[in-house]
Amino acid sequence: MTRSLRKKWRAYRRDPKSLLLFLSVCIAVLLTMLSLLFLVVYILVKGVPHLMPGLFAVRYTSENVSLLPALINTLFMMLLSLLFAVPVGIGAAVYLTEYARRGNKLVNLVGITAETLSGIPSIVYGLFGSLFFVKYLGLGLSLLSGALTLSIMILPLIMRTTEEALRGVPDSYREGSFGLGAGKLRTVFSVVLPSAVPGILSGVILGIGRIVGESAALIFTAGTVAEIATSLFSSARTLSVHMYSISGEGLYINQTYATAVVLLAVVVLINALSGFAAKKIGGKNADG
Amino acid sequence: MKQIKEKGMRLLFLLTACVSIAAVILICVFLFANGLPAIREIGIFKFLFGMKWKPANDLYGIFPMIVGSLYVTAGALLIGVPVGILTAVFLARFCPRPLYRPLKSAVNLMAGIPSVVYGFFGLVVLVPFVRETFGGRGMSVLTASVLLGLMILPTIISVSEAALRAVPQSYYEGGLALGASHEGSVFRTILPAAKSGIFAGVVLGIGRAVGETMAVMMVAGNQAVIPDGLLSGVRTLTTNIVLEMGYSTDLHREALIGTAVVLFVFILIINLSLSLLKRREK
Repeated sequence: MTRSLRKKWRAYRRDPKSLLLFLSVCIAVLLTMLSLLFLVVYILVKGVPHLMPGLFAVRYTSENVSLLPALINTLFMMLLSLLFAVPVGIGAAVYLTEYARRGNKLVNLVGITAETLSGIPSIVYGLFGSLFFVKYLGLGLSLLSGALTLSIMILPLIMRTTEEALRGVPDSYREGSFGLGAGKLRTVFSVVLPSAVPGILSGVILGIGRIVGESAALIFTAGTVAEIATSLFSSARTLSVHMYSISGEGLYINQTYATAVVLLAVVVLINALSGFAAKKIGGKNADG
Repeated sequence: MKQIKEKGMRLLFLLTACVSIAAVILICVFLFANGLPAIREIGIFKFLFGMKWKPANDLYGIFPMIVGSLYVTAGALLIGVPVGILTAVFLARFCPRPLYRPLKSAVNLMAGIPSVVYGFFGLVVLVPFVRETFGGRGMSVLTASVLLGLMILPTIISVSEAALRAVPQSYYEGGLALGASHEGSVFRTILPAAKSGIFAGVVLGIGRAVGETMAVMMVAGNQAVIPDGLLSGVRTLTTNIVLEMGYSTDLHREALIGTAVVLFVFILIINLSLSLLKRREK
């Protein structure tokens, strides 16, 4: 090991340009990783000491600045958005991969629009949601308006990952199913979709990540009421929006740090889950 | 019976496929229908190139915000692009095996951190740092650029890494065979070959920087004038909407929607260039 290092060093002495390139690459990685590390450690150090039990009280008051209602609302928001986006996303992906012919005009159009959707900034979604769901459809500032807005936002993500997962299912599975006398529909539901589940799941997890992190699209659609939502039509703030609101008031710096810790923990958990799903896909390919 | 079920489900799948088309149409219709009348009333030239945004005096010029968005995006690219591409090069070609997994999950974590958390971090760390080191109020073009540069890193890294990995190994080996060092071969053969993929990553990063709202709002100062230096405050198109949407009425409100229309057109142009880029690649 030391010998090869010495040899490498000698090569670098002769070739300083390569050394320079090597160093610049290393510096870039260090910069990236250190800034992430600094962010995470800073938030943890400042936030963990302020994780008081009051932060997890069932009712929000201006004294305890409880984040529990917001956390529960985030869960509601997540479930509701997925309820809209997942069936539609999967259905669309099934149509694109199993039914439509390749090079079909519609397929191209769906691809272009999905790409457009995934590029639209969240504030534009927020504005659209407030114009369409809140005002035009009269749903008001509510959990439902927020979830509908978010479901459009994550739709391309779920569609894209499901499509990829479905394309990964070998044709022999489909042929086998047809050979056994199953119809198209039966093949889709009992052969193709089940074997694409890990891929679909990883898309869903990515979507959850976006829902949890979103704030700009929710302020004008779901509002900022800091209570647990009692119905689909009550205004409710999610954890990100909650953190934004209390950081703006300037009175709750410590609680904001603590909320950031919880938010980070949720994000880490989601990332671990998606890593797990990805591993499952990898493992499956290795078997097959 | 079975025939009907098959046909019915096929139709249902077709309908779900059309949802994204319908969504884009709806978004366009509602934004344009609510924003364009205001732009017409103000005058398109006065709206786009007006220097003064003073809703109280019925002055709606968004030029300072357009310039602001361009400034912070350019600043973010200046920081994010070199660091991002070099990090991607490390991940794809220099990384020791045991280091790869932790580094990759770190990049994924970076992508997953909510923008409010980035914004808050900028507010409590970057803003005081800039204020004490360079003077001024701390909320500035510089602060917003650094923070955005950090936020677009994961996008640029992931896309560039994938592009670098897609380059055939034979290119690299050819470089070595001609006597280049490992570094020389990576930078002279693989990097140029992955150019268009890396460029796509940069364009995606631009999209993210232009569209970012909450984080920028927390660190940029938000004065609606063209910044006269790196250390003066700036307001972007996105923040202009969030800041005033809550209390605006009538023409003011429509002018904000008009701002969103301009932002939307920006993003459409970025998307279009991205898909052109991808098509050329094929």
